[in-house]
Amino acid sequence: MSGNGASSSSLNMISGEDVVNNNFSALVVDDSPLLRLLHDIHLKKYGLKVQVAENGKVAVDLFHLGASFDLVLMDKEMPVMNGVEATKELRAMGVTSMIVGVTSKDGPGEQQAFMEAGLDYCFEKPLTPEIISFLLEELNKHHNKD
Amino acid sequence: MLGLDADRLRADLNRLLAFLFHQGILDEQYLQLQQLQDESSPNFVSEVVNIYFHESEKLLRNLRSLLMDREFSDYDKMGIHLNQFIGSSSSIGAKRVRNVCVAFRAASDQNNRAGCLRALELLEHEYCILKNKLHELFQIEQQRLLAAGVRYPMLN
Repeated sequence: MSGNGASSSSLNMISGEDVVNNNFSALVVDDSPLLRLLHDIHLKKYGLKVQVAENGKVAVDLFHLGASFDLVLMDKEMPVMNGVEATKELRAMGVTSMIVGVTSKDGPGEQQAFMEAGLDYCFEKPLTPEIISFLLEELNKHHNKD
Repeated sequence: MLGLDADRLRADLNRLLAFLFHQGILDEQYLQLQQLQDESSPNFVSEVVNIYFHESEKLLRNLRSLLMDREFSDYDKMGIHLNQFIGSSSSIGAKRVRNVCVAFRAASDQNNRAGCLRALELLEHEYCILKNKLHELFQIEQQRLLAAGVRYPMLN
C-alpha cells in the first residue's frame, strides 16, 4: 500500500453511523465487469452513491461533462486510456477528488509511476472493508476541513 | 426430518468450505464476498462468480491463442491478460489460481515461452478444479435452501 500518510495503524474501522450517514459519491473506473460490480456493491454498502466507467477515457469524459465525485477508484491497466493517463488528465483539468489507484500485484516501480501521476493512495486489488473504512475516514477529514 | 436435511447440508457446505480453505483453493476474500450478500442482493456471490468464470475463460482462450501462435512475441499483451486474471482471481479469493497467474507472469516478464506454456497448463488445471468445486458449493447451497424452505410449509 502506498499513500500520503497511509499506514496499517491508521486503517481503523469507523463507526457504523459514519459509514451510512455520508453523502459521498464515488466513480469506479475498471475495465473488468467483475471488479466494477464488486467495488460498486462494496461502496454502496458503505452508503456511497456509485457510478462506474469501463476505462479512463469514459471517466475523463464524465468530468468534462461536469460530473464530480468525492472518490475515484482508478484501475491501472485499461484499454483506450489507462489509469496513469486518466489520472494525469484529471489532475491537469484541476480535479481535486480523492483518486485511489487499484492495481494487481505490481512491482514497486510501477506503483510509484502510478502514484506520481497524481494519486492520493494506491492499493492492491481487492479493496478490503478496512481499506474502504480508511478511505471514508480520509474523505470525512477532508470534508470537515472545507 | 426435513430440518435435519437442511442441517446436514449446512454441515456438508461447511466441510467443503473448510476443505477449500485448507487446500488453499480459496482464501478469506471469498468470505468477504459472502458478507456482501444480503436480502437486497441475495444472489450476489453466484453472480460475481459467474462473471469471473466468463472473464476467466475468455482470458484463458486469449492466453492459449497467443502462445499457440508460432510467431508469438507480444509478452506485453500476455502481461495485460495476466494482470486482469490476477486481479479478478484475487477479488473472489481464488488463491491457487492467482498464485499460478503470478508465476505465469514472471515467466512472461522473462520472455520465457516454455515457462509460459507450462504455466498455462497448470493454470487451466487449477481453474478447472476451482470451477468444479465452486459448482459443487453452489449446488449444496441450493439444496440446503430448498430443504430449509420445505421445513416451514404453509399452514391453513
